[in-house]
Amino acid sequence: MPTYKAPLTDMQFLLNDVFDASQLAKLPGYEEATPDMFQSILEEGAKLCEEVLLPINQSGDIEGCTFKDGVVTTPKGFKEAYETFTQGGWMGLSCSKEFGGQGLPLLLNFLLDEMVCSANLSFGMYPGLSHGAYNAIEKHGVQELKEKYLPKMVTGEWSGTMCLTEPHCGTDLGLIKTKAIPKGDGSYSISGTKIFISAGEQDLTENIIHLVLAKLPDAPPGVRGISLFLVPKFLVKDDGGIGARNGAVCGSIEHKMGIKASATCVMNFDNATGWLVGVPNKGMKAMFTMMNEARLAVGLQGLGIAEVAYQNGLSYAKDRLQGRGLKGAVFPDKVADPIIVHPDVRRMLLTMKSITEGARALAVWVGMNLDIETKHTDATTREEAGELVALLTPITKALMTDHGFDAANLAVQIMGGHGYIREYGVEQFVRDARITQIYEGTNGIQALDLVGRKMPERFGRMLRRFFWPCAEFIKENSSNPAFADILPNFAKTFQRFQMISLLMAQRSFANPEEAGAAATDYLRGFSLLVLGYMWLLMVKTAHGKLADASEKSFYESKLKTADFYFAKVLPEINARMMNIQAGSKPVMGMSADLF
Amino acid sequence: MKILVPVKRVIDFNVKIRVKADNSGVETANVKMGMNPFDEIAVEEAVRLKEKGKATEVIAVTIGPAQCQDLLRTAMAIGADRSIHALFDGETQPLGVAKTLKAIVDQEKPDMVILGKQAIDGDNNQVGQMLGALLGWGQATFASKVELGAGSVNVTREVDGGLETLQLKLPAIITTDLRLNEPRYATLPNIMKAKKKPIEPFDAAAKGVDLSPRIKTLRVDEPGSRKAGIKVPDVATLVDKLKNEAKVI
Repeated sequence: MPTYKAPLTDMQFLLNDVFDASQLAKLPGYEEATPDMFQSILEEGAKLCEEVLLPINQSGDIEGCTFKDGVVTTPKGFKEAYETFTQGGWMGLSCSKEFGGQGLPLLLNFLLDEMVCSANLSFGMYPGLSHGAYNAIEKHGVQELKEKYLPKMVTGEWSGTMCLTEPHCGTDLGLIKTKAIPKGDGSYSISGTKIFISAGEQDLTENIIHLVLAKLPDAPPGVRGISLFLVPKFLVKDDGGIGARNGAVCGSIEHKMGIKASATCVMNFDNATGWLVGVPNKGMKAMFTMMNEARLAVGLQGLGIAEVAYQNGLSYAKDRLQGRGLKGAVFPDKVADPIIVHPDVRRMLLTMKSITEGARALAVWVGMNLDIETKHTDATTREEAGELVALLTPITKALMTDHGFDAANLAVQIMGGHGYIREYGVEQFVRDARITQIYEGTNGIQALDLVGRKMPERFGRMLRRFFWPCAEFIKENSSNPAFADILPNFAKTFQRFQMISLLMAQRSFANPEEAGAAATDYLRGFSLLVLGYMWLLMVKTAHGKLADASEKSFYESKLKTADFYFAKVLPEINARMMNIQAGSKPVMGMSADLF
Repeated sequence: MKILVPVKRVIDFNVKIRVKADNSGVETANVKMGMNPFDEIAVEEAVRLKEKGKATEVIAVTIGPAQCQDLLRTAMAIGADRSIHALFDGETQPLGVAKTLKAIVDQEKPDMVILGKQAIDGDNNQVGQMLGALLGWGQATFASKVELGAGSVNVTREVDGGLETLQLKLPAIITTDLRLNEPRYATLPNIMKAKKKPIEPFDAAAKGVDLSPRIKTLRVDEPGSRKAGIKVPDVATLVDKLKNEAKVI
């Protein structure tokens, strides 16, 4: 069975030393979010993930969810774990105090999410989807809906779902067919079929609150005619008690490659009673608030898998005795050397480690800015933080989920045949991680979001939210000896990437296919640059702390990992820039018949 | 009904212990620390008694450096009402700890002290017994079940031959064994409430308690590695070797 220890030291390093998360406690409503509170909460959360969620991850994968007569049964132990999780109040960590949550920073929820996903990605889907539904209702629902549904979603007694996809449309939601007919009493009658609905049906909660995209009778065609509805599995009486069964029924569950303990449902809505959330025909907008946060949450799933894959690959590499070092025996007293002596095994481990730790720094940076965007008293500061988050959302989602899959694959490779068989549990990481590159907008869609929406937005203003602080850092530290080996090269790469951004903007303006053909390379290049900036921040902090003897090995490890990142990972950006420069012709020049 | 629960900060039970290079002790720098697991059981038991309405107040106590405050917060997140911290930076040993606890008992006058039977670092298994002697109270060690009556407590103990049930007059000392209960996970709201619960300092020296070590550690070594075994041709040889070489039968 795989093992997992939450990376609490690294989290504390980022929170306290690199980003100074203590400033969050100065924001109104976050007074309790002090560093020692962060630490207590993360420690207890880690315990829960390591001791309650991890032990049912592999068994949940083997057993999977079962479906019989409209009823979904989750694997053994999930119900008890869900109770421990929700009764501990973890569902409400960053939910509003008004509805019974703890009102703590979203940043803290980010870090908890990472740990939950390392321990048990399938389990994380259930509270994760509830969280998304909670956000949409809280931001767009009328007070009456909020008071009726949110408190029990915060306690976890009820869960939530997001019902978007239909059999004939996923990415292009303008095509949906689900109908909503006004019943005249303020409610609507919802009919249609939704597929791929995570947690659409389960045996963990007494009620399930579905958020359903549907079209009103007079709706304009396309995405401008979509409305959002709240459809409970059981109608809720005025006193809050459970009422009659609503016409929202699970037709079947999917048999999937991974996340087998998460029920992926076909949901049939047959004259189900629902209530409008937000404004008629503006459902996509409401859905997008939910989706942006959900995209970040999916990114964290990738980060979680990458971390647990690294930990298991590493412990195998240290324990597995096989052959000898290339220059001769490194541990002559043992029957053979551990495989960590081999350069290629180290290459794999350091690739995993350097991107994972950089990505965690990115998660903290984005999480903090999300909190600043939500809570800061100054409107300009809020806007600027919001622009940075918007820019970094597709990057976070695609970078971290691609890395989750890559890291899981590397763990399998390090473990050889033992990685490929079920017993050690790392092949499960590969299968579980694969979906994260697909749902909440495929990574190709993330790339289009970056080049099509975020890049041109207000003439590149969003780009500057990243380019400016990065340029400033380079300027300020150009004579700092700690950076002598890495900064000059990074500065050159940074310059070139800005030029490439300009070139892309010009070409795309004339021909949108130019943007499309370069999108994935651009997103990947941008991601490598962002990780580079994260590593620069970490190097600066770690260098200043080397004198601290008690944690010396931690900081030394940071600096060595940074060296690897700049020398062996970042250069991929050069190939990406060459690809971008090559333009759209190599991909669009061949007609479809020639394939 | 007031219950006092002493807790100790030890190396986390998951950590692989390493001996210091100079053999003066075990490595504690850069090592994860946590609450002694037996003490966690003691806190849980006290909090359960309070939740059943049998106790009115649970006070967590620790003796050690400033970082021990984390431990007290953990105890309060499980459900202790308040804490007392006797700040001490040196090595703590059973007698000094028992004497400090006696001074705290004199001040707080609890009806019961529930302690872990031993701490997983020193494995001494002495503090509860010493405290009982210093106070002149009855003691029931290695508890696997605690039932509170009026003015007395029935404690089931795990002894070599099986289970033994004792009745003690209150006030009394109880030390916990592993099977007494399974400690809960602290809930998020309780972790947050714990931050607002008070931690009072306790100046042991001012009460005339001498915490300075009386036992000197001469040397600490890793356990010797296991030697290779041998194969015996038959049962008779095995019995012979066990009898005459190993002298175990």
